[in-house]
Amino acid sequence: MLRYTLKRLLSLAISLIAASVVIFVAIEVVPGDPASYMLGINAQPDTVAALRDELGLDRPPLQRYFAWVFGLLQGDFGTSYTYRTPVAGMIGDRLWVSLPLALLALALSVLIAFPAGILAATKRGAPRDLVVMGVTQLGIAVPNFWFAMLMVLVFAINLRWFSAGGFPGWEAGLWPALKALVLPAVALALPQASILARVMRSALLDVLDEDYIRTARAKGLTRAQVLRRHALRNALIPVLTIIGLQFSFLLAGAIIIENVFFLPGLGRLVFQSISARDLIVVESVVMLLVLAVVVVNFAVDLAYAAVDPRLRKRS
Amino acid sequence: MRYRSLKLGLAGVAALALSAGAALAARTTITVGMQLEPPHLDPTSAAAGAIDQVTYANIFEGLTRFTSTGAIVPGLAESWEISDDGLTYTFRLHDGVKFHDGTTMDAEDVKFSLDRARGEDSQNAQKALFAAISEVNVIDPLTVEIRLSEPDGNLLFNLAWGDAVIVAPESIENIKTNPVGTGPFRFAGWVQGDSITIEKNPDYWGTPAKLERATFKFISDPTAAFAAVMAEDVDAFTGFPAPENLAQFEADPRFQVLVGSTEGETILSTNNRMPPLDDVRVREAIAHAINRQEIIDGAMFGFGTPIGTHFAPHNPAYVDLTGLSQYDPELSRKLLAEAGYPDGFTTTLKLPPPSYARRGGEIIAAQLAEVGIKVEISNLEWAQWLEEVFRGKDYGLTIVSHTEPFDIGIYARPDYYFQYDNPAFQALMEELNATTDPTRRAAMLGAAQAMIAEDYVNGYLFQLAALTVANAKIRGLWANAPTQATDLTAVWWED
Repeated sequence: MLRYTLKRLLSLAISLIAASVVIFVAIEVVPGDPASYMLGINAQPDTVAALRDELGLDRPPLQRYFAWVFGLLQGDFGTSYTYRTPVAGMIGDRLWVSLPLALLALALSVLIAFPAGILAATKRGAPRDLVVMGVTQLGIAVPNFWFAMLMVLVFAINLRWFSAGGFPGWEAGLWPALKALVLPAVALALPQASILARVMRSALLDVLDEDYIRTARAKGLTRAQVLRRHALRNALIPVLTIIGLQFSFLLAGAIIIENVFFLPGLGRLVFQSISARDLIVVESVVMLLVLAVVVVNFAVDLAYAAVDPRLRKRS
Repeated sequence: MRYRSLKLGLAGVAALALSAGAALAARTTITVGMQLEPPHLDPTSAAAGAIDQVTYANIFEGLTRFTSTGAIVPGLAESWEISDDGLTYTFRLHDGVKFHDGTTMDAEDVKFSLDRARGEDSQNAQKALFAAISEVNVIDPLTVEIRLSEPDGNLLFNLAWGDAVIVAPESIENIKTNPVGTGPFRFAGWVQGDSITIEKNPDYWGTPAKLERATFKFISDPTAAFAAVMAEDVDAFTGFPAPENLAQFEADPRFQVLVGSTEGETILSTNNRMPPLDDVRVREAIAHAINRQEIIDGAMFGFGTPIGTHFAPHNPAYVDLTGLSQYDPELSRKLLAEAGYPDGFTTTLKLPPPSYARRGGEIIAAQLAEVGIKVEISNLEWAQWLEEVFRGKDYGLTIVSHTEPFDIGIYARPDYYFQYDNPAFQALMEELNATTDPTRRAAMLGAAQAMIAEDYVNGYLFQLAALTVANAKIRGLWANAPTQATDLTAVWWED
């Protein structure tokens, strides 16, 4: 197990180094200069040069790369070119929106998907199965930004139950902050819940066909007992994998929903920074997301190995 | 029974009185939506209009300032004298002006601010405004003298810009995140990505603000902006990005729609050095192929004033030259044939993100195709546009709104991205800068407008409209945008 862990750790480190090179090169190649962007079309060339000098943009790329990586290693994410504040602080602020939003959406998705999937799988072909399949088909097909705009129209403009968007900050209190996240979370959860419900249903159907389920039934367990003790546990493996993937997606991929609800999340930060060529912010946020994904994968790998001894032996 | 009903009646009256009292106490807070968030809050070191949208006149003030009509009035300077040779300006400052941190604003601060803006390592995006200044001298705490190396008829105008506001050496270090100015509002907080809040400065030297608090909320998506106004999440939205929805607001008694003018000349910028656009006949042909009204209706839903040169129509010195570039496809084809392109030619049309450019570009492409000019449209981000078009000059045509006030001087810069090199125009601009007499200046400005219109330097399309949607009870908002500003100093709620 130790050997296996070390091997996984090594591959994690290599992934991170590779990612840092790819991110840096990709961003270097993109045309555009943060100093010209900030100073606009009336600035004199010497002013742009003075700003480039202050931002350290004239240093050779290799030097800038190492400065960035060594900074990251020491936990220093650098200072944003445009906002002139530490990147770490900016990411921290945005995480306080993106992380709760992702968790809320994920929780909603699970809360909807589990019962729906189980309901459908336990009576295959019955009306309730057809309803679940139909509704989830719709949930996947409907673009979530359109659904989001529809909700704004109904709940913010007509009923006035929620504001149309924005985020008051957690210092405004738990309820106002949570309230601001409800509609976006529902919009984000809809397609995710639909996918998850379908995965849950098919995984459960597969398991319910297994011989050991019949054996368990033959032993005298009721349908509910079989479901709880044997079927669900085994069906959870593919479902958990999907949940893991969904979480990384929700953390960074909520950008369109963030735009619809003008939420100050991580996705919008990256988007704004790309258009302003605030390269240091883009590099650091993307690197952070890569780190999150790689670490989650690492944890999943370890969990697989813990669950399944065959994996350990093979390595 | 009678007693009881009387009691009830009294309670009713009391309740009525209470609610009337609540209604009488006018609202003193406002939430203003705008599309772009400022990167930071130092108007003296970036071009971002969003910085001025928040800080101009609210937080920071200069020696002079713009009014809503674009006129120049005294700001921190109470009065000034100009020497006969036009080379020395002596400003008398208001007494008792304090910065928000309690320090006194005096002549030293003025000298510091101006020297910082025009210094060697200055990061002022409009450094050219201060080009004529040779030295700034402190005469006494309330008197400051600005000496010029050559007469500059624009000095008072230049000093009114957001880029020329007075800042203090004591607070300059953190000005980007904690702006300390002299204005009627002071900075109160910033939830990055969401909003900036300012609050009334109780120690303001001039007429105090009527509002206690104002929040600027940043909503970039046009659909979200519409929803935010409709749901009354914001009380006003300046620079409203969805002109297609304005009719709906106009029909709704809850809202008022303000349509004003801006300093944004929206033009079909042309690379005057790239063949065949280096031929004035070809540029004239393009001008006659363009139907301005069709663009204004199609891209801006009717909001915008046609222009025939690079000058704001609301300026007293404006000359209507749209007649020089009437829509006339016949003439356009004839000119093309004369220039040796009877079958037209192909060039590029590179479009930055704003909708006036993207929507307008499609329409112009179709209009040019009518006379045989084929354009290859490419959509660029701003950073790309700055690199490729503005700096690299690798383009044939592009559409941009030039939002700086009074910027006809850019035509005197041969290395500017139009690459228009006309010594006569350059000489005229030099003469203009050295002239202070208003009548002579107006005549020269007229001549300058005619010169670039007759040379068909660019396709002149329309003046961008300033669109504001606000709650019907808000008074005192600027309809026009003579500079990028959301001046809240005189804004109040009607009961």
